Amino acid sequence: MYDFEYHKPSSIADAVKLLAADPEAKAISGGMTLLPALKHRLNKPSYVVDLSGIAELQGVRKEGGNIVIGALTRHYEIATHPQILAAIPALARMASTIGDTQVRNRGTLGGSMANNDPAADYPAAALALGATIITDRRSIPADAFFLGMFTTALEPDELVTAVSFPVPEKAGYAKMRNPASRYSMTGVFVAKGPSGVRVGVNGAGPCAFRQQEMEAALTANWSPDAVAKVKQAPDELNSDIHGSAEYRASLVTVMARRAVADAG
Amino acid sequence: MPQVTLTVNGKSHTVDVEGRTLLVELLREKLRLTGTHVGCDTSQCGACVVHMGGDSVKACTILAVQCEGAEIATIEGLAAADGTLHPMQEAFREYHALQCGFCTPGMVMSAIDLVKKHPSGLSEQEIRDGLEGNICRCTGYHNIVKAIAAAAEVMNGKRSELARAAE
Amino acid sequence: MNVTIPFEGIGASVRRKEDLRFLTGRGQYTDDLNRPGQLHAWVLRSPHAHARIERIDTAAAAAMPGVQAIYTGQDLAAAGLGGVPCGWQVTGKGGKVMAEPAHPVLALGKVRHVGDPVALVVAETRSQARDAAEAILVDYAPLAAATTIEAAIAPGAAALHDEAPGNICFDWEIGDAAATDAAFARAHKVVRFDTTNNRLVPNAMEPRAALGEYDPNSGEHTLWTTSQNPHVIRLLMGAFVLKVPEHKLRVVAPDVGGGFGSKIYHYAEEALVTWSAAQLKRPVKWTAERTESFISDAHGRDHVTHAELALDEEGRFLGLRVSTLANMGAYLSTFAPAVPTYLSATLLAGVYTTPAIHGQVKAVFTSTVPVDAYRGAGRPETTYLLERLVDVAAREMGMDRTEIRRKNFIRPDQFPYQTPVALQYDSGDYEATLRVALEAADFAGFEARRTEARARGKLRGIGISTYLEACGIAPSKLVGQLGARAGLYEVANIRVHPTGSVSVFTGTHSHGQGHETTFAQLVTEKLGVPFDQVEIVHGDTGKIPFGMGTYGSRSLAVGGTAMVKAMDKIIAKGKKIAAHLMEAAVEDIEFSDGQFRVAGTDRSKAFAEISMAAYVPHDYPIEELEPGLEETAFYDPKNFTFPGGCHICEVEIDPDTGEVAVVNFTACDDVGRVINPMIVEGQIQGGLAQGIGQALIEHTVYDGDGQLLSASFNDYAMPRAKDLPSFQVSTSTTLCTHNPLGVKGCGEVGAIGSPPAVINAVVDALRDHGVTHVEMPATPAKIWSIIHQGRGGADLPAAAE
Repeated sequence: MYDFEYHKPSSIADAVKLLAADPEAKAISGGMTLLPALKHRLNKPSYVVDLSGIAELQGVRKEGGNIVIGALTRHYEIATHPQILAAIPALARMASTIGDTQVRNRGTLGGSMANNDPAADYPAAALALGATIITDRRSIPADAFFLGMFTTALEPDELVTAVSFPVPEKAGYAKMRNPASRYSMTGVFVAKGPSGVRVGVNGAGPCAFRQQEMEAALTANWSPDAVAKVKQAPDELNSDIHGSAEYRASLVTVMARRAVADAG
Repeated sequence: MPQVTLTVNGKSHTVDVEGRTLLVELLREKLRLTGTHVGCDTSQCGACVVHMGGDSVKACTILAVQCEGAEIATIEGLAAADGTLHPMQEAFREYHALQCGFCTPGMVMSAIDLVKKHPSGLSEQEIRDGLEGNICRCTGYHNIVKAIAAAAEVMNGKRSELARAAE
Repeated sequence: MNVTIPFEGIGASVRRKEDLRFLTGRGQYTDDLNRPGQLHAWVLRSPHAHARIERIDTAAAAAMPGVQAIYTGQDLAAAGLGGVPCGWQVTGKGGKVMAEPAHPVLALGKVRHVGDPVALVVAETRSQARDAAEAILVDYAPLAAATTIEAAIAPGAAALHDEAPGNICFDWEIGDAAATDAAFARAHKVVRFDTTNNRLVPNAMEPRAALGEYDPNSGEHTLWTTSQNPHVIRLLMGAFVLKVPEHKLRVVAPDVGGGFGSKIYHYAEEALVTWSAAQLKRPVKWTAERTESFISDAHGRDHVTHAELALDEEGRFLGLRVSTLANMGAYLSTFAPAVPTYLSATLLAGVYTTPAIHGQVKAVFTSTVPVDAYRGAGRPETTYLLERLVDVAAREMGMDRTEIRRKNFIRPDQFPYQTPVALQYDSGDYEATLRVALEAADFAGFEARRTEARARGKLRGIGISTYLEACGIAPSKLVGQLGARAGLYEVANIRVHPTGSVSVFTGTHSHGQGHETTFAQLVTEKLGVPFDQVEIVHGDTGKIPFGMGTYGSRSLAVGGTAMVKAMDKIIAKGKKIAAHLMEAAVEDIEFSDGQFRVAGTDRSKAFAEISMAAYVPHDYPIEELEPGLEETAFYDPKNFTFPGGCHICEVEIDPDTGEVAVVNFTACDDVGRVINPMIVEGQIQGGLAQGIGQALIEHTVYDGDGQLLSASFNDYAMPRAKDLPSFQVSTSTTLCTHNPLGVKGCGEVGAIGSPPAVINAVVDALRDHGVTHVEMPATPAKIWSIIHQGRGGADLPAAAE
C-alpha cells in the first residue's frame, strides 16, 4: 500500500476536523474493507484517521423502542450482546454470519454502513428494520442513506456515530454466500415493525434495496408462502462469474421465503 | 516515523514502523516471528491469524499502528516455556491435522479462539462453520476437524488426554 | 522393568517428525529467510494479454528512493541469459516435432499473457521496489488476444508466436486408428461425449518466493526457492538460463508450503533473483503476492475433448476414440507437453479391457498463463472423461452403472495387462475396491435415502468412479523415447554414523507429504535403527548428491526404492564387517531386527557395533574393505506404478439455490503397500478435497480481452471446511510387482478418482430433470440454471460462465 500519515483522534470533533482538512483522508475503524483496498493500491490516502480511540462511538443502549448501537461496535459484539439478542435476535444472528470470525472480531457496524458494499449484510437489515443512521451532525433514515454502490448520503467528512434500530415485532434473515468470497450473493432481511413490514435485499444489486412487492405481500399475509410467489425482476441486478442477474433475482424470492421462516 | 509499543507473547516491544506497516509485517520483519504467514492479499486465507486481546484476528488486515498497547499472541508463544505443547498443538499432531504446515499456525490460533467462544462444546458443524476464515489446501479439513474436537474436550476439561486411542 | 518400544516400522501410523516445528512456528519457508544486506525485488508484469512492447522508460523509476537496479528483457539478452527451457519434447504426427517458441525470462518484444514479466525492480524494501515499478513507463501496442482454445485455432486468429502458425504446438496421436475404426464398424452402439476439463489454479497456500545470494569469493550462487525439485531447478536454470555450472550453483528448497505440481517448474523469478544478486553483490528476495500467483503460477487442466465409445450388445467396450485440444497457455512450461499426451492419453484404457483405442491431442498456445501439471496431471482429465463416458454409456445401454463397469474390468488374472495405449499394468483388483466401496457407502440402501431427501425438498444422487492412474514416474528409457529430456530415476545417499544413527539424503522433496516420517520408518524397518535415530535430509543440492524431486506420486515408489537399494548395500557391507568380527563366513551372516547373526549360532553383533567398527577400523578387514558406512544408490524404475480404486460420492442438491452439498464421500483405494496409514489417509483426504473443489466450485475465468477474472480468493472458490464432509477412506491392497516395497503411490489418487464420482452423483440427482451431463464446476448458478432455465452448463450465458 502507499504510505500515509496515521492519526488517532480521541474525539469526534477532532476526527471530523482531520477528515475535513483533506479530501484524500480516510477514516478507519475495523479496517476490514479499507485495508484490503489499500493493499491493492486502489486508494492513496493522505491521512488515515483511526476512530477506535473515540469513546463516544462505543456502546449499545436501549432508547425507548429503539436499540442504539455505537458505530464502533464490532460484529461479534452485536452477535453476542444480551440486549440485542433479546430485542432484535435476527440482527444478532445476521451479525454472526458476517465474513468470518476474524472479520467479526474486528469489523464494525459503522464501518460497514459507511462503506455500503453491495454484498455487505447490515444495509439490508437497516432498510428492513427502518433504522436511523446517526452522524456527527444529523440523523438520516436508512431509506435515504444508501444511495448506490459504495455510495451513501454521508458528506466526505461526516462520521456515522451510531445506528438506531427500532425493535421489531418479528424479523428474520437468510442469505446465500458467494462460493469464493463468502460475501452475500443474495441476502434478504424481513421485519415487521413500528413502520410496518419492510424487506431489505443485499448482494443481488449494486446497492441494498427494499422489495416493496414482498412488503405488500407480507403485509397482507405474513408467511413464507406469501413471498414465495413474488418474483424479483432481474433488471439492474448484478451479473458476474458467480451468477447471472436472473439467478440472483430468483435467490431474492428464495431468501425472502427463508427469512420469513427464520422470523417465525 | 511512527512508533508502536505492543506486547507480543508477553514481551513488550517498541518498534519503528511506517503508517502503512501491517501487523503481520511487524511480526515477521521487525520481530522475526515468522511463524505467522501470509497466504493471500484479500484477507481470506487465515494463514496470518494471531490473537489480539485474546480474540483471533488477521494480522494482514491490521495496521501495526492500530496495535498500540495491544496484547498480541502468536503461534510462537503458545507452547509452555518447557516446550509442553498447547492442547491444540498437541491435537493437531496427534490427529495429523497438518501436512505442509503453512496454514497451520493460523489454523491453530483460529481453533483456540473457536473453542474459547464455545465453552459448552462444539459440534462438527460448528467447527466447520468456525473455520470459515481459514483455508487449507492439503488436508481436506477432515483431520483438522477431528483435532479441534479432541482439543476442545481437553480444553473444556471433558477429556484428559488427546491420544486417538482414547476415542 | 518392562519397556514397551512402540512399533515404528512399515505399517505404523507414526506421528510426524516434521510437525513440531510447524506447530510452534519454527518452520523455515523461503520467505522466512533473510540474508544480511538483502534487497527486495518486484516484478513488473504485463497488463495486456498480447501486445508489442514499443518502449520501456525506466528513468523516473530508477531515480526513486531505495532503487538499486531495474532490468528489462533487453538487459538480460545483452547479458547472454537464455530463456526458460521446456523439459519435454513431443513428436507429433508424421514425425513433426512440437513448436517450441522462446520463453524469455523477461519479455522481449512482445508480452503474451496478463502477468508476463516485463521488468525487475530491485530496491532496499519491497514497498520501494513496488513504488518504483509503478513509475516505469511501458508503451504497449495491444494485439488481438485469444484466451480460449477455440479462439486460438479459429481461422485468422493472431499467432502468438511466429514459430507456431495457427497457434498449434503439436498434433499428436497414440493407438491404432485402423483397429479402432474396425471396432466401431462392428459396434452395436456408439456413445458420444463432449466435455471440457475446467482450468484450475493450484493455489498452494504458500505463495512462491525466491531468494538469491552470490559469494564473490567462491563465485558460488545460492538460490533458496519454493520448489518441489531443487536439483531440477539447478539443472534447468544453471545450464539453460544463467549458464552457471552445477558446482557454482546451490539450490535449496527449504520448508515448502504445498506444491501440487505448481512448484515443479523453473520460473523466471528464480533466475532473476539469482542473477541480480550476482550483479548487485547483495542478496535479492522476491515473494509473490497472491494476486501475482494467480497470473504467474502455472495453471492446470484446460482440455476440451470429444470421445466416442463403441459397445457390443452386451455392453462390452469394443473401441474408444478420443480427440483432445489442450491449452498450453502462452509458453511451454517445464512438463506441459507431457500432460495431455503421455500422462493422459496413455491412460485411456482405464480399468477396462477396451481392445482398440485411438487418441489424438492438439496442443494450442493461448494468451493465458502457462498450463502444466497440477495434482494428477493428465490422469484426472482422462479419468473424468472415461468415468463420465461409462456412466453415459450405461444410461444409453439401459445398464446398471456397476454392471457395465464389472463387465469391462480387467480381471486380476489378466495381469500383467498390456493396454492398446502403451502401458503395461502390473497389478490391481478393481472388483475388490469396488466391492469394498459399495459396501462402505451403503450403495444398496441409497434409494431409501433419495426418497427421504426428496421429502425434505432435496435432490439426492450417488455417483461412482472406478479408476486407475499411472505414477511413480518414471522409467528413464521409456520416458526418453517419449520426449523427456531428463532421466526420472531417484537417488538416495545413506550415511550411517559411527554410533549407528542414520542420515538419509534423498533427492525427493517433501512439501506436506511427510517424507521425514515415512522414509524414517523404512530405515527403522530395514536397518532396525530406532526411529528417533534417523534423520531425513532433503531439498539442498549442497547436501544431496542428485535427485529429480517430488511429483507424480513418485517419492516412495522411486525415492523409497533408491533408499532400499542403498540400505541393501549398507547391509551387504555390514555383513562383511560382521563376518570378520565374528570370524564367520560372509554367507553365514544373517541380518534382521538390527542384529547381524551367525546363522545357527547365538553369536551376534548389533548394527551400532558394526557401524562403530566401520569408522574405528582397529579390528577390520582393511585389506578388502574400505572403512566407513555410507552408500548411495540410484534407482531407475522398471515401470510406472498403477494405483487405482473406487470413489463413491453422494450429493444433495438444493433446487432453490442450486447448491450441491457433498453429504457422503467414500473411497477405497489400492495404493500398494501402506507404510504409514495415517499419512496415506491424509494424502487421500487432501486429494479428495481438491477433486471435489474441481468438480463443484473451482473455475478459472478469462474475459475476452485476456484479463483473469478469477484472480484472487475473492473470485476463485476453493473448498472451505464447511464445503466438505468427513470422508470414509480405506485401502485395499495389491502389491506393485516391480519395486521391492510393493508401493504404488498415494499423493494424487484422491484428486484423480473423485471429480467424476461427484459429477456422476450430480447428474444422478438431476435425472428427473432430463439432465445427462453437467460440466465442471457444478456451481450453484449453473445447477440453478439447469433446473430452472433448462440450460446445460454449456449453454450458460457468457456472463455466468
